[in-house]
Amino acid sequence: MTWALLLEQFLNGFQLGVLLFLLAAGLTLVFGIMDLVNLAHGSLYMVGAFICATLTELTGSFGWGVLLALPATMAVGVIVEMTALRTLYARDHLDQVLATFGLILFFNELTRIVWGPEGMVIPLPAWLDGNVEILPGVHYPTFRMLIIAVGLGVAAALYVLVVKTRTGMLIRAGASNRAMIGALGVNIKTLFTAIFGLGAALAGLAGMMAGPIIEVSTGMGEEILILAFVVIVIGGIGSIRGAFIAALIVGLIDTMGRSFLDVLLSAAMSASAAETAAPALSAMLVYILMATVLFFRPQGLFPPHGRQ
Amino acid sequence: MTFKKLSAGLVAVLALAAVPVQGGTVKIGFVTTLTTPAGVIGRDMRDAVNLALEDIGNKMGGLDVEMIFEDDGFKPEIGKQKTDKLVQKDNVDFVAGYIWSHVLLASRKSVLDAGKFLISSNAGPSQLAGKLCNKNFFSTSWQNDQTPMAMGEVLNQRGVKSLYVIAPNYAAGKNMVSGVQRAFKGKIVGKDLTKWPGQLDFSAELAKARAAKPDGVFIFYPGKAGGAFMKQYQQAGLDKTIPLYSVFTVDSISLPKFQKANMSGVMGSFMTQFWAPDLDTPQNKKFVAGFRKKYGRYPSFYAAQSYDTVFLIKSAVDAVNGNLKDMDGMRAAMEKADFPSVRGKFTYGNNHFPIQNFYLREVVKDSDGNWTTATRGVVLKNHQDTYAKLCKM
Repeated sequence: MTWALLLEQFLNGFQLGVLLFLLAAGLTLVFGIMDLVNLAHGSLYMVGAFICATLTELTGSFGWGVLLALPATMAVGVIVEMTALRTLYARDHLDQVLATFGLILFFNELTRIVWGPEGMVIPLPAWLDGNVEILPGVHYPTFRMLIIAVGLGVAAALYVLVVKTRTGMLIRAGASNRAMIGALGVNIKTLFTAIFGLGAALAGLAGMMAGPIIEVSTGMGEEILILAFVVIVIGGIGSIRGAFIAALIVGLIDTMGRSFLDVLLSAAMSASAAETAAPALSAMLVYILMATVLFFRPQGLFPPHGRQ
Repeated sequence: MTFKKLSAGLVAVLALAAVPVQGGTVKIGFVTTLTTPAGVIGRDMRDAVNLALEDIGNKMGGLDVEMIFEDDGFKPEIGKQKTDKLVQKDNVDFVAGYIWSHVLLASRKSVLDAGKFLISSNAGPSQLAGKLCNKNFFSTSWQNDQTPMAMGEVLNQRGVKSLYVIAPNYAAGKNMVSGVQRAFKGKIVGKDLTKWPGQLDFSAELAKARAAKPDGVFIFYPGKAGGAFMKQYQQAGLDKTIPLYSVFTVDSISLPKFQKANMSGVMGSFMTQFWAPDLDTPQNKKFVAGFRKKYGRYPSFYAAQSYDTVFLIKSAVDAVNGNLKDMDGMRAAMEKADFPSVRGKFTYGNNHFPIQNFYLREVVKDSDGNWTTATRGVVLKNHQDTYAKLCKM
């Protein structure tokens, strides 16, 4: 093991964490402020990726594809909120789980009908498709650098939005005490629609960032949604800061586990046992972390004020 | 109604129920993946089965064919449920299909314990070829280890001395790894088994492979994961430094997508397989031409094996003239492998896996500019899997 490899794996973990953050930010807002368990968040991730793939094909540019797909995904989110989810706020979590699970099936079937079962590839411009030498001997894919930059940019923008603006104040107030801000005369309905639209756009953005790496396909949202839920549980539901830190922790733990666990285990057991045990164990690591956090701090690492 | 009359009625009803439905149909259940990102594979298989049924006029041994497709959702437990449903509720005569080794292993008992025929149209787990072999199980594909063994031979021929292996952590992935390890004479410098089917981002594994500086990287990633892997391999710049050798990763399903995304790194890459769209046998010419005419795309190997499945079953039902109760007769007919196969003439081993050739294939452009593969010679001739000797049958 060399320092170059360690650095590269650190970047890989960071990149996965940033991607998870994009997905988890919207999820934690919707769950924390609207008290809505939205399993269909992964569907918005998928829809964003499909729309971006189509627009990239039509405009011939990945940049335009993303810029146009963002408002489109937000619009899909707003429509879903206004038509389907609005009726669910007063219902208990089980009803919400059932209804949003139904939405997953709906969106999966919809994408299959519209885009076909074979999925799509998002072509990248040549300057993004290669890799850069960040240090002598350390090559890193350009596009993964872009994901890190976009994720950090979104995190900064969200920080400004949540901490420095009036909307942000309402969001924080909503996360702390939903009933009270309604009683104070804030138009909860509009706020909820806006938050859901924002969450949808962020989920879509995550899909657009993942699409060029893993291909766009039906059901791609479910694979990553579980990890996003792990992130918001560890970070504290409703907290953007918690989602950011937890996403980075989960991304790093997952990547480092995949990278070095087999080496560590082979010190303790035979090589052939280590190579089958390592992937199983590294897949469990983040869940073990979640269980540990839940045991010692059930409210998560950074819960919003008023929820400690 | 007296008790006597009642019991007489009951007996009559029971007697009726006991009479087999001789409506002149042979019922076949076909389990594949129709949802999830792998659904595109299932579509190819279903299309091939439907084409085969059309080609035989939907008749086998004078009986009409009723084909029931079921979706396993890429999950062993669902595959087993659907298999149970086919066997118990639909009372099918044959159960066929199965893309995934872990799904087939989970569903195996439901069919074989009921005394029905089980035909694998793709999955070839080592267990079913060896200790768990069964007189009523047949394969129209290959045993998992065989194709990577052929690739191991190719690596030896090309003078590859060190190899990095990356494959998914499930039944077939492990078979693929053991297959290439068995045939490859050089050194395996690193090995990663990844979470299946969830993991699609291979950044950590690619970084390790690069650091290990091997002569080549060997992978097995069927379906969507393959496309993701190839793309990330190229983005990491590894396609320019370390040659990639794959099995079941580049196929007729992924090639059009690669072409659309202009992933030129795939062009000219090699793989091994028992079949190729350009294989020169009469049945294959008919199959590929028919498939391209009907569906407007090249068939994949999944489709080829599914097409063969229908003809294998037909050979059994034809041999007994539609008398589906004659299991021994049908089994004997299938053991002869006496049907027009897309791979040409082959024989069955004692474990009912084909003894067949494996070819080297290269990704090329066809005359219309579509990306496809061309055969570049035989790597293994009449090859039998290594587990056959463990099969006591």
